[in-house]
Amino acid sequence: MAPSFDHLREADLDDDDYDEEEIDISDLREKYEVQLEQGYDAFVVIDGLPEVNEEQKPKLVKFLLKKLNQVGKTREDLIFMPMGEDGKSLRFAFVEYSSPAEAANAVRQLDQVPLDKKHTLRVNKLTDIDRYGREGRVNEEYSPPHIDEFQPNEHLRWWLKDPSGRGRDQFIMYRGDSVGVFWNNEKEQPEIVVDRMHWTESFVQWSPLGTYLTSVHAQGVQLWGGPSWSRQRRFAHPFVNLISFSPNEKYLVTWSARPIAIPEEGHPALTIDDDGKNYVVWDIETSKPLRSFASLDTPGAAGAGAGADATPQKPRKSPWPAFKWSADDKYVARLNQGSSLSIYELPRMNLLDKTSIKIDGVMDFDWAPVTVQRDGVKSYEQLFCFWTPEIGSNPARVGLMTIPSKEVVRTLNLFNVSDVKLHWQSEGAFLCAKVDRHSKSKKSMATTLEIFRVKEKGVPVEVLDTIKDTVINFAWEPKGDRFVIITTTEPVGPTAVAPKTSVAFYCPEKSKGPAPGNWKHLRTLDKRNSNSIYWSPRGRFVVIATVHNQQSSDLDFFDLDFEGEKPESDKDLTANLQLMNTGDHYGVTDVEWDPSGRFVATYSSAWKHAMENGYHIYDFKGEALREEPMEKFKQFLWRPRPPTLLTKEEQKQIRKNLREYSKVFELEDAERGASADREVVEARRRQLDEWCAWRAAIEEELLEERAFLGLPEDPLAVLLATKTPEVPDDAEEQIIEEIVEEVIEESEEIVP
Amino acid sequence: MRPVLLAGHERALTQIRYNLDGDLIFSTAKDQHICAWYAHNGERLGTYHGHVGAIWTVDVDPTSTMIASGSADNTMRLWDVKTGKNLKTWEFPTAVKRVEFNEDGTKLLGVTEKRMGYLSNIVVVDINPDVNAEQSDEKILTIVCDESKATVAGWSYLSKFIIAGHEDGSVSQYDAKNGDLLYNVSVHELNTPVTDLQWSNDRTYFITASKDKTAKLITAKDLEVLKTYVSDTPLNSAAITPKKDFVILGGGQAAMDVTTTSARQGKFEARFYHKIFEDEIGRVRGHFGPLNTVAADPTGKGYASGGEDGYVRVHMFDKGYFDFMYEVERDRQNRL
Repeated sequence: MAPSFDHLREADLDDDDYDEEEIDISDLREKYEVQLEQGYDAFVVIDGLPEVNEEQKPKLVKFLLKKLNQVGKTREDLIFMPMGEDGKSLRFAFVEYSSPAEAANAVRQLDQVPLDKKHTLRVNKLTDIDRYGREGRVNEEYSPPHIDEFQPNEHLRWWLKDPSGRGRDQFIMYRGDSVGVFWNNEKEQPEIVVDRMHWTESFVQWSPLGTYLTSVHAQGVQLWGGPSWSRQRRFAHPFVNLISFSPNEKYLVTWSARPIAIPEEGHPALTIDDDGKNYVVWDIETSKPLRSFASLDTPGAAGAGAGADATPQKPRKSPWPAFKWSADDKYVARLNQGSSLSIYELPRMNLLDKTSIKIDGVMDFDWAPVTVQRDGVKSYEQLFCFWTPEIGSNPARVGLMTIPSKEVVRTLNLFNVSDVKLHWQSEGAFLCAKVDRHSKSKKSMATTLEIFRVKEKGVPVEVLDTIKDTVINFAWEPKGDRFVIITTTEPVGPTAVAPKTSVAFYCPEKSKGPAPGNWKHLRTLDKRNSNSIYWSPRGRFVVIATVHNQQSSDLDFFDLDFEGEKPESDKDLTANLQLMNTGDHYGVTDVEWDPSGRFVATYSSAWKHAMENGYHIYDFKGEALREEPMEKFKQFLWRPRPPTLLTKEEQKQIRKNLREYSKVFELEDAERGASADREVVEARRRQLDEWCAWRAAIEEELLEERAFLGLPEDPLAVLLATKTPEVPDDAEEQIIEEIVEEVIEESEEIVP
Repeated sequence: MRPVLLAGHERALTQIRYNLDGDLIFSTAKDQHICAWYAHNGERLGTYHGHVGAIWTVDVDPTSTMIASGSADNTMRLWDVKTGKNLKTWEFPTAVKRVEFNEDGTKLLGVTEKRMGYLSNIVVVDINPDVNAEQSDEKILTIVCDESKATVAGWSYLSKFIIAGHEDGSVSQYDAKNGDLLYNVSVHELNTPVTDLQWSNDRTYFITASKDKTAKLITAKDLEVLKTYVSDTPLNSAAITPKKDFVILGGGQAAMDVTTTSARQGKFEARFYHKIFEDEIGRVRGHFGPLNTVAADPTGKGYASGGEDGYVRVHMFDKGYFDFMYEVERDRQNRL
């Protein structure tokens, strides 16, 4: 390449004794001068420089240039540092960049950057100086900034204290275009808290602790809360599709399939850096974006494991949540399927140890749902599990890694694996890996359940008997150690009639130590249609349901600690299974337990199909309390509750005195019920009386009018009388019977 | 109670009427003939031939001597019940959607369709109660409905008013002598047509059914809405039961949408509501299409429903129906 002006200058940069005046660049300058006239957008003003004299100036310029060239392209001769009459610099300089975009970049990145200990750069666009700094634009008199008077925020957890004193739970109903929040009134009409039309554009969501109600709009996400349901936060992510909260409501991740496009005039929250990104991580407290990410290209057929298993796979949907949070909001991780895991540390959102964790072939991972205290581990740690498929001759692995040390604390090698699903128990005490294995010929499939006892020393793994059928669903009992699986003999595919399924219950054996005994099969219920498991958030009760099914819609309510007689065969097991009730909600698409575990709501959402949309509410025993069909019913969401503030002892105390409390509550309930009944009866009596009074009045009026018009009292009697004069009064009533014989079939048989 | 299934029609039913004694049922369908049936066993008494279009409506005079019918062949006809003879034909420029005799059978009104530039009219003719007499051609009254077309109409007590239900969901009261519009009240949701209007025994109040999924009980004198019955499906018909304080509502998914949904979802049931308390009391299933018309036996012994499926189902009430009573009703009865 021929030496150009650019090259010359850069080559000469390190040359200290270089004098600008020696070279004649007037022709070039002229050229740039013209550009200058065209617009000042490429210029910035750098303020806050140290005071220098003519001799020191080139040094400073060079020093400055290093910084300036980090963000764009400029040259020494494009820096103009005016000097005062006393031969000293005026502590500022004009710099021209090669493009307005670079200048804008410089303003963004270099402003407020320290030059040395004493000096901090202030970078502004020249046009801005012109715009804001021109004479007259700045008020000469100083006026103290206006500070708004302190306004106490609304209490965001007000709803925990139910004004009726009954400790009811709230729920959202999104139907048609309106979103309403209601108090659950069991059998009665829910009490309305707030109802707004067009509150959201796509869906609503509670934050994980129930503090905020989230509405989603084309412009972004809004959080609402407090007794007045005022807007608490706003996150302007244009065309946002999905959102997820961190478990402690500190951060929010938003995702849009459409990459962010920052318009010319800028964006209220996002910057040009976020252009082209799909994910934004926000700090909820400040409602500022922390960092944005682009979507990863989903590995196609050329994925790591694809060579080994030739089964053609459908293009994977991008998994959600793409960013998974550790239990304490300190870390957030994103999987780069097949190669690595990127863990970011909050609140700075920097990559942990500045590198992603390389895990060859990693397919999936999941954080422990709580901060687990492992046996013999004193230091702080967060656990997550992951699995990798077989690669070449290496076995498939399920691993448990601890963060921040990135140590793998346990791995389990497995063969003939086609898929693994990881299920944490809600307290992080157990981890079940549901391993789908194929036989050597890949013709038959079987499932094993590998259970990690995470809290025990050395993390022992227990393998459950091989299950011949495909396990389509698995669920741990929350805060417990039992689980339910649903299996099916046939593979689940897009068949017209869903295959029959079996529901199996497992529980640990009785053991003497603190740790639960080995898991044993408790009971299997065959030939069912059920496909979903919904445990009560408090454990013990479970609803086995058939959802998204045209043909059946059963709801079975089970109690695993039934207080009745226990079968002899189960005497060593820590469960006593009892089917309490069955329900049927035609077209049910979703089942939701309320956070207290007292009620179950089932609903049929218009998003899934348009048949019999609406909701039912059952109590935990499966007794139907209320059903309300509603057109265009979309969502029913119980408001989550934050964890209780009571200590273990206090909770124990309450449980001990439950009988005392329940007496009071039962009395209250009975009174309320009685008064409600009385009201209904009273209203009916009033209605009946009003009706009878009205009838009496109108009948009388009618008679009067008839009399006035000279018409007979009963016009019909007269009409009929004239019509039937020939029937004498004393004629005997006759009964005419008619017998009709009908030959239905005639056949002839010839008897030989 | 096992219903009697009247399978005499080949197309969707349009209207069913009982005669005053409750022993005859007249039914019309889109298949161009009117059927008369014995109410107690469902035997067909006969049919009335003459119309050459779908028949929309039928009514019987109080003495069961004559019936009137209205059809899509743009005629309104009068028939002799006994012989099936067509006594008189009135021609109109458009279809006749509703006919009704007044309480003494001396006047007949017809509602004509709005079509081909003709506005919907309510026409009244005089009727000579004698079967053998010549009927007059003269329309003694014509009410033009220029605001919104009339879909149904009927005579109030003493033939004092003509009450009409309109396509926009409103109900009008006209002076039956001179045809002046006295009141027009929007009772149903805007632009949901009033699909049926049936009277109480003494014609002092009536019930309207509408596509807005509600039925309303309204006074004839001042069009005051007394009661509202809310259902979950568009309604085609509503009837007031004599003897017991109930109303019967019939409807179901619009006929054109039916093929896309299951019978379960179509809501093809007759619904019983308590007339005074507005509560739903029960439902009767059976039809496999929407109910186009329901009629209550004036003697209170049963009811009949006609569906898009072409069947008429005649039900006799059981003892339980007559015994059913709310606590407050029983209280009141005991007090009297």
